[in-house]
Amino acid sequence: MSQVKNILLVGVGGQGTILASKILSEGLIESGYDVKMSEIHGMSQRGGNVSTQIRFGEKVYSPIVGKGEADIIVAFEKMEALRWVEYLKDGGKMVINDFEIPSVPILMGAVEYPKGILEELASKVDISVFEAGKIAEKVGNSKTMNIVLLGALIKAMKIEGIDWEAVIRKNVKKGFEDINIKAFRMGSEQV
Amino acid sequence: MKQLMTGNEAVARGAYEAGLTFASAYPGTPSTEILENMVKYKDDLYCEWAPNEKVAIEAAIGASIAGARSMAAMKHVGVNVAADPLFTFAYTGVTGGFVLVSADDPGMHSSQNEQDNRNYATAARLLMLEPSNSQEAKDFMKLGLELSERFDTPVLLRMTTRVCHSKSLVELNDREEKEIVKYKKNIAKFVATPANGKVMRKNLIDRIKNMEAYSNTCEINKVEYNDTKVGVISSGVAYQYAREVFGDNTSYLKLGMTFPMPMDKIKEFASKVDKLYVVEEMDPYIENHLRMAGIDCIGKEIIPEMDELNTDIVRKAVFGTDAETIKSDMEAVVRPPSLCAGCPHRGFFYTLSKKKNVMITGDIGCYTLGSAPPLSAIDTCICMGGSISAGHGASKVFEREGIDTKVVSVIGDSTFFHTGINSLMDVVYNKGCNVSVILDNRITGMTGHQENPGTGFTLMGEEAAEVNIELLCQAIGMKKENIYVVNPLNLKETSDALDEALEKDEATVIIAKWPCILKKFTDQDKKDFDLSPKKCEIDQDKCTKCKLCMKTGCPAIQFGESIKIDAASCTGCGVCMQVCPFDAIKEV
Repeated sequence: MSQVKNILLVGVGGQGTILASKILSEGLIESGYDVKMSEIHGMSQRGGNVSTQIRFGEKVYSPIVGKGEADIIVAFEKMEALRWVEYLKDGGKMVINDFEIPSVPILMGAVEYPKGILEELASKVDISVFEAGKIAEKVGNSKTMNIVLLGALIKAMKIEGIDWEAVIRKNVKKGFEDINIKAFRMGSEQV
Repeated sequence: MKQLMTGNEAVARGAYEAGLTFASAYPGTPSTEILENMVKYKDDLYCEWAPNEKVAIEAAIGASIAGARSMAAMKHVGVNVAADPLFTFAYTGVTGGFVLVSADDPGMHSSQNEQDNRNYATAARLLMLEPSNSQEAKDFMKLGLELSERFDTPVLLRMTTRVCHSKSLVELNDREEKEIVKYKKNIAKFVATPANGKVMRKNLIDRIKNMEAYSNTCEINKVEYNDTKVGVISSGVAYQYAREVFGDNTSYLKLGMTFPMPMDKIKEFASKVDKLYVVEEMDPYIENHLRMAGIDCIGKEIIPEMDELNTDIVRKAVFGTDAETIKSDMEAVVRPPSLCAGCPHRGFFYTLSKKKNVMITGDIGCYTLGSAPPLSAIDTCICMGGSISAGHGASKVFEREGIDTKVVSVIGDSTFFHTGINSLMDVVYNKGCNVSVILDNRITGMTGHQENPGTGFTLMGEEAAEVNIELLCQAIGMKKENIYVVNPLNLKETSDALDEALEKDEATVIIAKWPCILKKFTDQDKKDFDLSPKKCEIDQDKCTKCKLCMKTGCPAIQFGESIKIDAASCTGCGVCMQVCPFDAIKEV
């Protein structure tokens, strides 16, 4: 594959996109891809928007994804899906966690959390929406939300020949391997 | 197998592999993780947090003169603080190899300015290397130490946010121990008096000639000839953007060493291509060198001189085309940074914001967010340590002109140790009367919790002596009765101290002491402060929706049909409880 593929994981500081992107990049490296990954966030410790950008292919130059280039965007939060949609490639796919985190101006009552985000996005791009947190709870541990979203992402990526479950086993906390595999499988059923 | 590493991890790895034994730094985004990663190798080397960048570089200079390979790391503005020793170290040269890592922040992700520190290399005559990915960050760190010894010069390893924080693949090697050079007293080399300095100055000029010869032949200034209709000269991460935008049919001169510039190589490259572009972030640094040599190129007339570049910006500048994007009419609401729920600074700034006729001089740290609405309780922010001295100057003017405005200067613990102490000496010595507030949250907060001289621990995790701020203030001449120690989460206590201090015609200090809510509490913290987990809740029957609690700017308080406190983010700091005039907020 000579074409570089671009994945964006977007969310709010503290949602933990890191583990998901670590597993993703490890799997890709093991299959021989050149991989670059960037985490972009502002200066606040909590509450700001965060993006993790993963680019892979035979040879990757820029470490960051340009507008209109992302093959897949996984939004850990709904408003972040809206913020990043201009980065999606024509024909790209969005996986959206149906979950709202209001920002300070919304909390202050200065503006409202935008209504109708999902309808707006659905009218323009290919989206899969589900409540990853609820699925994680069903699996038995709400902390596996990341892995649920990772499962959906990897299914949407359509990459063959990587033993993702082995990579997950290697990267999650000891004793939590099976529950994470379960979360991963549940996630992949959402797409 | 190759490992995915950030540029910062790779720099630390490179230093380790090269047998370096001494590293010092003051934390600052985007450089902080270099020394944090250095700790991994603490069995083989020594590393420390210095109170400021000048101290860091001086300590590393001392280590180099003593014969060891050494380094200092800092953010771009930190080099301003360290510039004094840096310029003269370029005169004396080194014993053990020395590398200064400058991490610039194009786009000002977490900085007060976006100065281009490549200019320091020309100003101080430092050999400069510019990595464009993590592998190069590691390789150039090692090469830098080697070249430092070979040319007897300090080396500037110039990184940028994207090189520091992006991950790419790195091949690891083993550490090669480097025997230290036996120390020999050498007054002519290391005592920069005017007489010696003149000789050093001459050596410096000769050294540049040798370094330039190397620059023209070294492999890291790399030519890639493809179609020669278009040629691109670039360095750092800008090369990665240019390489992607211009593609395989363009010729490239990728510069890894950018001072001295490889002018012969550049002239040759320029003569072989029909149209020449220079793609670089921020200042026209490479471009100016070309223009001085009479080489025509297309550079800053199309490539923006400010902000971080990316492939979109370079493509638009060169080809005039915008990326095709999916547009939405709806807009996402911004997520501006704010003081965290439970942040001890909130109680202090809320109280301060209620005081009339005060000018508030601020500093660099989390507490700079006290300037954001609804608190809006900071008037100035210039540089590390500047709050107290700028406050002193302002208050002298107000006093002299008979203007009824008092000055409150706010500074964090780490920033006070950085350069605030000198400023406070200025206030006391020159009979100033601004109120200096030291917001002591027991850690260096903004950069993600680094130890400092006030926390009782070192970078390598050892217990350490702790600065007693109260006694320190007394030692520099502050009257004991003019020093107030308050709990900033207790609004009455804080307000009373502020009122009393503002009344006085002489210098006062308020130490607002409470640990950062996100820090890992030490045993001492647990002994000194009541940190038991608590939550606050609003009694909806009593709440009149007056919104006074929202004036604290706490992100745990949510406005909707009713006002609610998000239990997951509330830490029970109690500030909103004290603000509520209807007694509607309770601790649960």
